[in-house]
Amino acid sequence: MDAYIEVQGLQFSRADRIIYDDVSLQIPRGKITAVMGPSGTGKTTLLRLIAAQLAPDKGCIRVDGKEVHTLSRFNLYELRKKMGMLFQSGALFSDMSVFENVAFPLEEHTKLSVDEIQVRVLEKLHSVGLKGAAALMPAELSGGMARRVALARAIALDPALVMYDEPFTGQDPISKGVLVELIRQLNEQGDITSVLVSHDVAESLSIADHVCILAGGRVVAEGSPAQILDSDDPRVQQFLKGEPDGPVPFHYPEVSADDTKSLGGAQ
Amino acid sequence: MRSKHTELLVGSFIVLGLAAFVYLAVQVSGLGFSNNKDTYQVVARFDDIAGLSNRAKVSIAGVTVGDVESITFDKELYMALVTMNIRSDVDNIPTDSSVAILTSGLLGEKYLGITIGADEDVLTGGGEIYDTQSALVLETLISQFLFNSGDSEE
Amino acid sequence: MNKVIGLGASALNWLEAVGKAGIFIFQSVFRLPVRLPEAINLLIKQLYSVGVLSLVIVVVSGAFIGMVLSLQGYSILAKFGSEDAVGQLLALSLLRELGPVVTALLFAGRAGSSLTAEIGLMKATEQLSSYEMMGVDPLRRVIAPRFIAGVICMPILSLIFSAVGIIGGLMVSVAWLGVHDGAFWSLMQQSVYFDTDIVNGLIKAVCFAIAVTWIAVYQGYECVPTSEGIGKATTRTVVLGSLAILALDFVLTAAMFGDF
Repeated sequence: MDAYIEVQGLQFSRADRIIYDDVSLQIPRGKITAVMGPSGTGKTTLLRLIAAQLAPDKGCIRVDGKEVHTLSRFNLYELRKKMGMLFQSGALFSDMSVFENVAFPLEEHTKLSVDEIQVRVLEKLHSVGLKGAAALMPAELSGGMARRVALARAIALDPALVMYDEPFTGQDPISKGVLVELIRQLNEQGDITSVLVSHDVAESLSIADHVCILAGGRVVAEGSPAQILDSDDPRVQQFLKGEPDGPVPFHYPEVSADDTKSLGGAQ
Repeated sequence: MRSKHTELLVGSFIVLGLAAFVYLAVQVSGLGFSNNKDTYQVVARFDDIAGLSNRAKVSIAGVTVGDVESITFDKELYMALVTMNIRSDVDNIPTDSSVAILTSGLLGEKYLGITIGADEDVLTGGGEIYDTQSALVLETLISQFLFNSGDSEE
Repeated sequence: MNKVIGLGASALNWLEAVGKAGIFIFQSVFRLPVRLPEAINLLIKQLYSVGVLSLVIVVVSGAFIGMVLSLQGYSILAKFGSEDAVGQLLALSLLRELGPVVTALLFAGRAGSSLTAEIGLMKATEQLSSYEMMGVDPLRRVIAPRFIAGVICMPILSLIFSAVGIIGGLMVSVAWLGVHDGAFWSLMQQSVYFDTDIVNGLIKAVCFAIAVTWIAVYQGYECVPTSEGIGKATTRTVVLGSLAILALDFVLTAAMFGDF
C-alpha cells in the first residue's frame, strides 16, 4: 500500500487516561479512509496528532514521508498548508462572512490578487453548492450549510490531505447525503487523500476505500469495507450492527452490594 | 463598509483621549508656567523653611512673580538655601528687600513673599536677598506665648 | 510534613502558571509582526470593541464619581472654612488614584470579561484550532491585537475618566454649591503637578492595562472549552484582574508618591 500517512507505535494519554496504546495503522494515498469506533476512543485526537497539534508520548507519525513531530515550526506550517481539516462544528470564524472565511487561507498563504481570490472562492463555494450564500454571516447559516462552507474553506488551497472530523454527526438525512456526495466528488477530482473520522457506519462504509476500527486504544480491525463486514471479532460486529450489549457493556460496572447500601433507599 | 464607520469611531476615541490629556495638562495642572529662559535666579538663606517646597510661589504684593527652583542645605552656615526663579520682566527689586515664608489660608501651602525695600540698586541674576524671615512654626509661637519667655525671634 | 510538601507543590505550580502566562504573552506580542496592513485592521477592530464600547460606562462613572467627590469633599472642607480647596481635592484624588484604579476596575469588568468570553468561545468552537490548522498563529492573529488594544485603550479611558470627573465636580461645586470658580481652579492648578500627578497617574494606568488585559486574554485562551468553563474563566478574569489592580496600585503608589 502506498501509505500517505503512517502511524507507528503511537502512545498517547491524557490526564491518566490512556487513549492510544501502541497503535499502528496506515492511511493509503489518494483514497478515502474511514476511522471508526465507539464514542470517546479518541478519534478526533488522532486527527490532531496527525496534524501535530498534539504530540504523542511515544511512537511516530509520518505524513508524506515526513515525521511531523520533528519538523520545525516553519516546516510544520508549510506542511499544514497541504492539509485541510473540517472540524466537527464547522469552526467558521464568527466575525467574518462566508466569503471572507473561504478567502482567508488564500489571503494568508498565497499572493493572489483580490480578483483571483474572488474567482477561487466562488469556485469553491460553487463546488459545495453555496455560491449564493457568499455574503451571509456564519450565525445566519444552518448547521449543514456551515459545514459545507467549512469544507469549501478546507479545500481552498487544494490540499493533498483532507481530514473530516465527524462530518455526519447531527445532520439530517439530506445534509448527510450532500456531504457524502461532496466527499466522494472531492476525492475523485484531485489526488486527494481523505481521512474520515466518524461513527456513522452506513455513510462511512458507503464511500470508504479503507476502514480502520479503533476501540479501547487499539486497532481492532483494518481493511476494506468488505473485509470489515466479514470480520468475526465480536467488538467489530457489535459496533457495525449497533447492538446495545456486547463487548461494550450496557450496564455500567456495578459497585459491590455493601456500597449500594450507603446510597440510601431500600435495596 | 462597516470598517469605515469603525475607523471613524476609533479615531474619535483617540482624539477624545488626547483632548482629555491636553485639558488635564493645561487646565488642571497649569502646565506652561515657568519658562526658564524668561527668568533670572535669586537666592536667600533661611533659618527654618518649615514646609516650603519646590515650585512654591514667590510673590510681591500678592502677585506671583516667580517660583522656588530648589531648596538645599548650606553646610557652612547651617541654613536653608532657597533658589528662586524670578520673571525677567520683574527687574526692579531693590537689593535691600526682605523675603518671608508665609502661609496661604489655614490648609494652604507655604509661599515666599517679598517686601520691597528702598535701595536704588536692583537684584540681578545670582543676587541674594539677605533680609529673610523664617517660617512661623506654630509650636514655637504657642510655647512662647504660653511660657512668656523673654526670647524674641531674631 | 505533608502540608509543607503541599505548600511547596502549590508554590511551584503557581510559578509554573506564571511562567506559562509569561511565555504566552511574549509569543503573542513580541514576534515578527503579521503583515502590517492586516495587523492594523485587526487592531482597529479591537480598539473599537475594547475602547469605544467602554466609553459610555467610563464617562458616566467618571461624571458621577467627580460629582460625589465634590459633594463629600465640600461638606468636610466646609468645616475648616476651606471649601475653595475642593478643586484641589478633586483633581488630586482623580488623577492619582481614582482615575487609573476605577477605570481599570470598570475595564476589567466590562472589556476584560468580554475578551475572556470571546476568546473562550473561539476556543470552544474550535476556531483557534482552525487557525492553527491553516498555518496561522492564533496567538498573533487573535490574542495580540486584543492585548495591544487593551494596553492602548485603558490609559486613554483613564484620562477621559479623570477629565470628565473634574468637569462633573466643577459643575457640582461651582454651579451648585457655590464654590468660587477662580479659587477652584487656582488652588487646583497650584497643587497639581504635571509630571508627578498626571504622568504618574498615566503610568499607573498603563501598568493596570497590561495586567488586566494579560489576565483577560490568558484566561480566555486557557479556559476549559465548555460553557461552564467559559463562565468560570470570565469570573476569574474579573476577580483576579481586580485584585491585581488593587495590589499593583499599592505598590505603585508607595513607589511614586511616598517620600521614603
